[in-house]
Amino acid sequence: MIKTDGGPSMATKREITVTVNGQQHHSQVEPRMLLVHYLRDVLDLTGTHIGCDTSQCGACTVMLNGDAVKACTVLAVQADGSEVTTIEGLAPEGSLHPIQEGFWEKHGLQCGFCTPGMIMASYQLLKNNPNPTEAEIRKGLEGNMCRCTGYQNIVRAVQYAAEQMRTAAAAPVGGGE
Amino acid sequence: MGIAAMVGTSIKRREDPRLITGQATYVDDIKLLGMLHMAVLRSPYGHARIKSINAEAARKHPGVVAVYTAADLKGAVGNIPIAAPLPGPISEGLGRRGPLAEDKARFYGDPVAVVIAEDRYTARDARDLIEVDYEPLPAAVDVEKAMQPGAPLLYEQYGTNVTMSIHPPTDEIDRAFQQTLADGGVVVKQRIVNQRLAPTAMETRGVVADYRKVDKTLTVWSSSQVPHFLRNYLAEQLGLPQHQVRVIVPEVGGGFGSKLNIYPEEAVISFAAMKIGRPVKWIEDRSENFVATIHGRDQIDDIEVAATRDGKVTGLKVNVISDLGAHLQFFTDVIAIAFTLPMLSGCYDIPVVYGSCDTVLTNKTPTDAYRGAGRPEAAHLVERAIDLVAHELGKDPAEVRRINFVKPDQFPHKMATGAVYDSGNYAGALEKAMQNIDYQSLRAEQAQKRAQGKLMGIGFSSYVEICGFGPKGTIPQGLYESARMRIESSGTVMVYTGSSPHGQGEETTFAQIVSTEFDIPIEDVLIIHGDTDSTPEGRGTYGSRTTAVGGPAIFYAAQRLKEKMKQIAAHMLEANVSDVTLGDAKFSVAGVPQKAVSFKEVAAAANNSNTLHPSIEPGLETTVFWEPTSTTFPFGTHICVVEIDKDTGEAEITRYVAVDDCGRQLNPMIVQGQIHGGITQGIGQAMVEGVVYGEDGQLLTATLTDYAVPIAPELPSYELDSTVTLTPVNPLGVKGVGEAGTIAASAAVAGAVADALGVAHVDMPFTSERLWKIIHQK
Repeated sequence: MIKTDGGPSMATKREITVTVNGQQHHSQVEPRMLLVHYLRDVLDLTGTHIGCDTSQCGACTVMLNGDAVKACTVLAVQADGSEVTTIEGLAPEGSLHPIQEGFWEKHGLQCGFCTPGMIMASYQLLKNNPNPTEAEIRKGLEGNMCRCTGYQNIVRAVQYAAEQMRTAAAAPVGGGE
Repeated sequence: MGIAAMVGTSIKRREDPRLITGQATYVDDIKLLGMLHMAVLRSPYGHARIKSINAEAARKHPGVVAVYTAADLKGAVGNIPIAAPLPGPISEGLGRRGPLAEDKARFYGDPVAVVIAEDRYTARDARDLIEVDYEPLPAAVDVEKAMQPGAPLLYEQYGTNVTMSIHPPTDEIDRAFQQTLADGGVVVKQRIVNQRLAPTAMETRGVVADYRKVDKTLTVWSSSQVPHFLRNYLAEQLGLPQHQVRVIVPEVGGGFGSKLNIYPEEAVISFAAMKIGRPVKWIEDRSENFVATIHGRDQIDDIEVAATRDGKVTGLKVNVISDLGAHLQFFTDVIAIAFTLPMLSGCYDIPVVYGSCDTVLTNKTPTDAYRGAGRPEAAHLVERAIDLVAHELGKDPAEVRRINFVKPDQFPHKMATGAVYDSGNYAGALEKAMQNIDYQSLRAEQAQKRAQGKLMGIGFSSYVEICGFGPKGTIPQGLYESARMRIESSGTVMVYTGSSPHGQGEETTFAQIVSTEFDIPIEDVLIIHGDTDSTPEGRGTYGSRTTAVGGPAIFYAAQRLKEKMKQIAAHMLEANVSDVTLGDAKFSVAGVPQKAVSFKEVAAAANNSNTLHPSIEPGLETTVFWEPTSTTFPFGTHICVVEIDKDTGEAEITRYVAVDDCGRQLNPMIVQGQIHGGITQGIGQAMVEGVVYGEDGQLLTATLTDYAVPIAPELPSYELDSTVTLTPVNPLGVKGVGEAGTIAASAAVAGAVADALGVAHVDMPFTSERLWKIIHQK
């Protein structure tokens, strides 16, 4: 168990317990603190990015109790008692999840800023539909914006991952599930 | 051979492992001990006099450390820097200003005050407590009205909003038009609006500034494309010697030109960090990004094109009105003049080309370089001009292109604009694209669909662009690139580049150059960028110049060290230098392959003065500054197929075929990725994007709900191909590819939409509302 302080703000704080990537955290946070700020600023899990604060871009996508959510639209207190998986917890340290492999193999990223959210959204997509068509992949990622790749290689990355995950047992996934 | 990651192979990117695992460090991931946070108060008016600012309540708010306004910066922070001030009113000060609004706010989002507080939430709370007494003023929003006498003036003392007006004599183009008409030809007129866009990098801007009072050093981490420019100008703005300012550009989440600027927040946050003595962070939020980061495009292009009956273009006359927004950012003043006007010939041998231009200040966010910077506007209008001729004469747009192209044996070719193009085979790219899309069948399919009452259109864009900047004299600072190369005793090659890649993959392609030149494994090469303390001065990454200008600097550094290593190897092998060859990570004697020393052995020997021949200076290190003598001109043909739903006006891109020629491709996978992304931003402009202001200067598109960028389901998979025409401008034969897709794409979509609707021209974006109205007017 790790105890953390939610920052220097003056407002009344609430106590929350959140399991992130398999690790349980007890924290004092302001009620208004966003989950994404909690992950980034309190737990130092900076792999989850903030691209818009308003739920359009999907850069902050994480798994919350097994569902992909945009962490800029969830309060940290709403995650109390929940399990969260972030990009850092998708594969055991030193190994890559097939989706991460796919993004690398198929050049599914350029600046990399949307990538963690895109990978988490792809994870949800493949969980629901292990054998998606190109149109289904494009539709499944409509909540995630990428300004660099034109999405074409992201589609190929997800196709690659789907293939890998079908032919082999899926790589182990930490927490969140 | 076989151990090197050779130039020309699609190896996976070396930067990806940190990016796909969430381990990369962007500015917002930096956390320093005692770090404060900055929030910026911005004008809610497009144009207003600032009568007073009362920040008392904000200053007293718990957790607030300081509030600063323009009054606090007076005498301490200089004006927002611009790269290339044009003569005339600009050099006298028109459009120049300090980092915070003083007396007047000139655009919605103009920074007025900043709050520094213990955390980001508190900084924002306190920002809301600042009271500003504004007197709203009439705003100059419409660019043509802003040019008129009596328009609201942004900078009253200059008596005009026009920063530059270029109108050469029209005699020659007038004669060309008269002659064309006298010979039975046509002259077609069209106004083409190239709408304002928001670059919208997924990572907004952000800065962390840290000042160590004890040794008087300022360190600034910024999401920037130009670390050395930022260091130099920030030092100037703050009155510090350059050696006391260090700029570090960490991972950057996209730029597209928008981070090729020295922004107000960078100076203000540095001032705050110096004043307070604690590090300060500022992260732009998305709505701020839409107002506080530069916009792009925003030109009105009035064109007249003349052609003979058989489609030979005899003259092109273009009047450009460029909307600059409220003040001058880094390249604001020169985009239209330096990058649109010189490219008005396109890839066509047009005997007379005329360009005039007015650049005008308005009460809007400043415009500056956005992917393509002036060249997408040129390509769009030239390609529309060719289509207008085809439409007017009832000819195939491919045929009109073909008969007007500059021919492959005419290069280097001086165009009517004066630009000298390096190399090209425009017809080659067109033919290949037509073959790849099976043009004849496509036209047959279109005829069939039309017979069924369906709207299908085919559009072409045979673009050419200018990139790889230099040469000397292009900007006052010089436009070279640099590489410092050091080979360690272990044999590792360390390359410190003055370029600043941020997604383009040069940690991979630059390493491929080195790996190829030394014929060593890529694992033995390290590319370091973005820190002004370790990298030699460079000009940064933009204008598709990094591989074309930064690449050769690395190539020449490798040649220098290779020569020195050959000398050392010659001593070790007791052979003549001229007999020593390098291959397979070994120096060997020509004709005696068993007589060899490894690259690593030579590196070790070079770094050990005890064993080194006394005539040779120890160490393997060199720095190269390289400036091209000319620019490069990538080109290609894109063909777009669009179907439009008659009932809804909704357009769908059903196919997109591209043939691009960017010279030699160091890593074809990365080249294709650049083209995918480039095309998508061009399609974005064509289909969905557009910044909209109200008459009072309010920005109506300040969120990602209101400003649409393309998402995955709206796009097809592109069918790419290439031709390779080397450029003689640099030793690698590379032309640059970062902007080509964007420069090409909008005209291909526009051609397809006009073709589907059977009209001469439609302005972008092709929203369903706009297309529905056209369909149902008929």
